[in-house]
Amino acid sequence: MSKTYYDPADLKKFGKITEWNEELGTKFFDYYGKVFEEGALTSREKSLIALAVAHVVKCPYCIDAYTKDGLERGITKEEMMEAVHAGAAIESGATLVHGVQMMNKYDKLSI
Amino acid sequence: MLKKSLKQRQSPLSSPEHQLNVLANGIFKKEGLPSFKTSLEKSNLFPLKPNPLEILQINLGYMCNQVCAHCHVDAGPDRKEIMTKETMQLCLEVLKKSNVTTLDLTGGAPEMNPNFRWFVEQAHKIGVQDFIVRSNLTIIMANKKYHDLPEFFKNHNIHVISSMPHWTKGKTDKQRGDGVFNSSIESLKKLNKIGYGLKNSNLKLDLVYNPSGAFLPTNQNSLELDFKKALYDDFGIEFHNLFAITNLPISRFLDYLIASENYEDYMYALVKAFNPMAVDNVMCKNTLSVGWDGYLYDCDFNQMLNLKLKDPIAHIKDFDETALQKRTIQISQHCYGCTAGAGSSCQGAVV
Repeated sequence: MSKTYYDPADLKKFGKITEWNEELGTKFFDYYGKVFEEGALTSREKSLIALAVAHVVKCPYCIDAYTKDGLERGITKEEMMEAVHAGAAIESGATLVHGVQMMNKYDKLSI
Repeated sequence: MLKKSLKQRQSPLSSPEHQLNVLANGIFKKEGLPSFKTSLEKSNLFPLKPNPLEILQINLGYMCNQVCAHCHVDAGPDRKEIMTKETMQLCLEVLKKSNVTTLDLTGGAPEMNPNFRWFVEQAHKIGVQDFIVRSNLTIIMANKKYHDLPEFFKNHNIHVISSMPHWTKGKTDKQRGDGVFNSSIESLKKLNKIGYGLKNSNLKLDLVYNPSGAFLPTNQNSLELDFKKALYDDFGIEFHNLFAITNLPISRFLDYLIASENYEDYMYALVKAFNPMAVDNVMCKNTLSVGWDGYLYDCDFNQMLNLKLKDPIAHIKDFDETALQKRTIQISQHCYGCTAGAGSSCQGAVV
């Protein structure tokens, strides 16, 4: 048994989740595949969104997967880092906007 | 940046036997990844037999002005293996009597063979439907004696195919050496200037894309659009087609994969992406590869692994098209590189 919670080799086993619930697992992977097809957004644009979200949700498997996917698509490191900053800006913005709640509460409780 | 070939560095991986040993063991033994033969058998595609011969690919020598990190030939300035005029003469005889429709000259830098121009002139006289020279582009700028190559290519109706791993300088130079990007751009401009690669031009100029690292190429058409837009917007450069070629795990690329601890993941990705539909169109089905010393192989990769054709025909001097059609194509795990995803050949994706 691995002594860390995350093992890079587990990413290859992702498909095995279907073995314990075939219906839901299959529906998930079908959905996942469909989402990343070319649509109103290109697969390239979706790959960059996925990379940004991977960082925001702090999923090491997703970061590995979408860095590699970006390389395969010829996405440059500058584009990748900008996508990560876009994710980070939203995440830090989401934290900071709660500062308004803090200010409201502060004012309400203060004479 | 690499300066010397594996051979010059006396690396164990300069030995084809050592490479084949690596490819036959490791994860294919201990983790039970299926061998290429097993994957073919599962799809009822074993043994692999050739389709009618169309392409004669001749390796004029392993000498090159570049030392690219991914080179499957282990080419470089220190390689001395060069095809002689006598062997070239044997190739010309074959060209006259065979049904070959495409002649494909490769290397190393084929232009560095001292008899390169003589050979092109002779082959041009015989006439061949599609006459390809795989030029690394920088050779044109490398020395004054090569500056007129674009005109020479044009005069002999050569179809130029050139490597270009990315449309940015950083990625290109990291794979192919410092200064390669700028030099390649200058050469492409020279080729464009005399008509190569322009829309509706008969002077064909195609580019080859190899991933610059341990990952597979993505959709060839979308890469082509990205390359076309970037090269035109940034430099006003035009070309016809982009061929996406998967790096095969042999020679310097194998060395890189092992040293960077990417070998197992890369092989796993290739095996996972095995596509039976790609098998019928891989290059070994319609190509014969001629080594610098005249020995015959199923492809340029098998040449580098020293997997020579076996009896009855092993050398160009004994060329017999009918007998060659009966051969069985030799395989090992490196073949997964040509059957992954959309497949890969010297003409790019095959599906």
